[in-house]
Amino acid sequence: MIEPTIFELSSEGRPGYPLPPLDVPDTPVEQLLSPDVIRTPPHLPEVSEFQVVRHFTRLSQTTFGIDQGFYPLGSCTMKYNPKLNEEIANLPGFADLHPLQSPEHSQGVLQLIYDLEELLKEIAGLDRISLQPTAGAQAEFAGMLMVRAYHQQQSGTARTKVLIPDSAHGTNPASAILAGYKIEVVKSGPDGLVDVEDLKQLVDTDCAALMLTNPNTLGLFEREIVNIAEIVHAAGAQLYLDGANLNALVGMAKPGDMGFDVVHFNLHKTFSTPHGGGGPGAGGLGVKAHLEPYLPAPMVERQGDRYILDQDRPQSIGRVATFFGNVGMLVRAFTYISRLGHTGLQAVSRLAIVNANYIRKRLENHYHIPYNRPCLHECVVSAKDFTSNGIHAWDIAKRLLDYEFYAPTVNFPLIVEEALMIEPTETEPKASLDAFCDAMIAIANEATTNPDLVKNAPHTLAVSRIDEVTAARQLDLRE
Amino acid sequence: MFHSITPHEEQDMLKTIGVSSFEDLLGDVPSAVRVKGLLNVPPPQSELELRRRLKTLADRNINADTAACFLGAGAYDHSIPSVVPALASRSEFATSYTPYQAERSQGLLQTIYEFQSMICGLTGHEVANASLYDGASALAEAALTAMRITKRDQIVVSGTIHPHYRSVLNTYLTSVGKIVEIPHANGVTNLEGLKGVIDESTAAVMLQYPNFYGCLEDLSAAFQLAHEHQSLAVVSADPIALGLLKPPSESGADITIGEGQGLGNPLSYGGPYVGFFATRKEYVRQIPGRLVGRTVDTQGRRGFCLTLQTREQHIRRDRATSNICTNQALIALRTTIYLAVMGKHGLRAVAEQCVKKAHYAHQQLCAIPGVAPAFPHAFFKEFVVKLPCSPAIINEQLTRVGIIGGLDLGTYDSSLTNHMMISVTEKRTRDDIDLLVDTIAGCVKNA
Repeated sequence: MIEPTIFELSSEGRPGYPLPPLDVPDTPVEQLLSPDVIRTPPHLPEVSEFQVVRHFTRLSQTTFGIDQGFYPLGSCTMKYNPKLNEEIANLPGFADLHPLQSPEHSQGVLQLIYDLEELLKEIAGLDRISLQPTAGAQAEFAGMLMVRAYHQQQSGTARTKVLIPDSAHGTNPASAILAGYKIEVVKSGPDGLVDVEDLKQLVDTDCAALMLTNPNTLGLFEREIVNIAEIVHAAGAQLYLDGANLNALVGMAKPGDMGFDVVHFNLHKTFSTPHGGGGPGAGGLGVKAHLEPYLPAPMVERQGDRYILDQDRPQSIGRVATFFGNVGMLVRAFTYISRLGHTGLQAVSRLAIVNANYIRKRLENHYHIPYNRPCLHECVVSAKDFTSNGIHAWDIAKRLLDYEFYAPTVNFPLIVEEALMIEPTETEPKASLDAFCDAMIAIANEATTNPDLVKNAPHTLAVSRIDEVTAARQLDLRE
Repeated sequence: MFHSITPHEEQDMLKTIGVSSFEDLLGDVPSAVRVKGLLNVPPPQSELELRRRLKTLADRNINADTAACFLGAGAYDHSIPSVVPALASRSEFATSYTPYQAERSQGLLQTIYEFQSMICGLTGHEVANASLYDGASALAEAALTAMRITKRDQIVVSGTIHPHYRSVLNTYLTSVGKIVEIPHANGVTNLEGLKGVIDESTAAVMLQYPNFYGCLEDLSAAFQLAHEHQSLAVVSADPIALGLLKPPSESGADITIGEGQGLGNPLSYGGPYVGFFATRKEYVRQIPGRLVGRTVDTQGRRGFCLTLQTREQHIRRDRATSNICTNQALIALRTTIYLAVMGKHGLRAVAEQCVKKAHYAHQQLCAIPGVAPAFPHAFFKEFVVKLPCSPAIINEQLTRVGIIGGLDLGTYDSSLTNHMMISVTEKRTRDDIDLLVDTIAGCVKNA
């Protein structure tokens, strides 16, 4: 059943949401303001509250969240989002704070931000963390600006290029470009890891940083990481960690101990603030001590038993968010970490790794697995064996929807042909992993015995395959 | 607790994997970088303990639920209809992610399409994206967009734009653009100053409407100057004001961005908020962020999907129009629900009450001997008054009577010492306003 748009539900002349009667003098706005600045009413729907409730409830029913089922979207860490997170973030003492109210009257939230920084410092092995960046990509950009400021300060030049492996997320090059760098791509070796020889060729005194994801987007740990850090540092460059895959490391290994100088967090991934249909996330930005002066301002500092906002940071790269970032998400992440505690955090990476390897093993006789050895939190399988039947990774993803799963990340990383990137997370029960593997195996069989069934999937949803080509050619972006 | 695998299952799974212990899976991780033992963080806490502890922390903050908030400056205490949190918190929405699989995300995609439609309706533009982080980053993205479109690198910024927005713009343009800032002239944009600096290198001229000080700008005059040099006209607009005021696109704006917090979202100490971005259709391939398009399925039924993804970082990488990936979808959804339930007439009623209550407060305050209007311009819901004493002292007194006072502008601009900026939304009652006025009058008398 196709739900009408909210505009199609609209009927002319329906009154809007009622406000209390005006209790100040009712001077017409045309007298308070020039009539020239008053508009004709905007194009907005005229619907009742009940119509709004039914409309958005119905739209929610054709949306898929992790509360309904397994959501194996690789690199996105779709873990369970505890309900207590929401309850705490909605307390008026957090939800109804004005960002410019006096720090004296905001001691509770400032303490929470300070304490969250302390927890993340311990988890990642870093010296300071700014919680201002609103998402991972913004933290990447801010991190690269800090690298720039650092080099400028050290040697009077920002250096010119940033090295990025061919397996990296697209945000890495996009963020480094925005910070004014050109990009050079480091090749992956036959083991799927950074080709250390290629890296050595590319690292020189023009190199500002290497941006690395570890474990990488194949879910493989860069086993030469200590060596890589030495090579990068010997050239005076900085080592940046894209923390999208931090879930593999929590309680098991610390990026700071591996030699990373700058690390971004994705709090919505690793620390369980919900993904919200695409956001909001929150992206902490952590550094070793030598980069601390460049962190975005302001920072929360403790003075005795008081918490203050330190604006006086002359070497700071400046602000990246209007106020203090996505504080509501910080409250959720703090709640999550506090609830888990030290033993709970240790189990995060362990079970995430066991779950991913379990899927890898169960699928290895049915799908080509390009780097088939123990992975960490995610595994990447390939659909290339089915292309002779006209079936691509994309088709397998669509067929999974019929089996009531969401799909893995498709066609990424770019170094794997027909990639399906599967990240189960630590919270997924064994029964759902088994059901997912059963479905993947059944689809592999269908791909051979009945390829059209896969090619034309999905078959069981409110809509069949969506025509994305028409969407791009005949743009219809608004009612 | 949150983890679902039992120790017994874990052993079974390790056996299936073909290893004898978990450690066997960590062969690539050098022992030198392994955590020895447990992290130095506190032990687990039950919901009961943690709720109690965090409630205590929350109670240490003064909040706008119990105090009457007259503080604005980019974050506003507007009323939020109950349906907004009730619907947006549905876990189908809250626990999903970017709708890459269109067929299983139709509802979410449709809400984004409706968001884009409503932002177009408010701003009078032809296209709007699916959201950006907040108002300040939206302004920075508008600058970058204008630079791409015009192939120029200078941005001319009015000093009447929110100082934090100008800071963020500076950060974003650190290594890719040049900014010229024109100090304000008596609370509004200095048009003569603009004229002096706009030239053939100017990608965009940027204003705010109503501006940081609450004043209504002469947008047409400023934008005409921009267009004389083929520069783009960019404005940061308050979407609540657009329920009543002519949209800047009618005055020549090429790009309208803004902060959507006031449309159904709590103050939340500054975030999560939502940036919106709207412009002319001809620029659609240059804009940042996600877009949802309406299309059909293989059987010709209406459907929605992400579109023009070749602009985005996951496809275009170093040549993307922006590095944004995760956006503010859930806040955009709240905004969409808010605008739906308010409707055409409800939003106008909110805007009108803001204007009337702000003007009542302004009139009452300026009747206090020693208090004077700072600027002679028309305003919407926010205005500046000059006081005979320090706003900090007044704000302390206001806190004692249950009011969060206005912004001490001297902390941003030393020429505005003893100036307070006051925001009055539809939520403030006459009693709130009278108490504000009486308390300030008392302070001024004793000053």
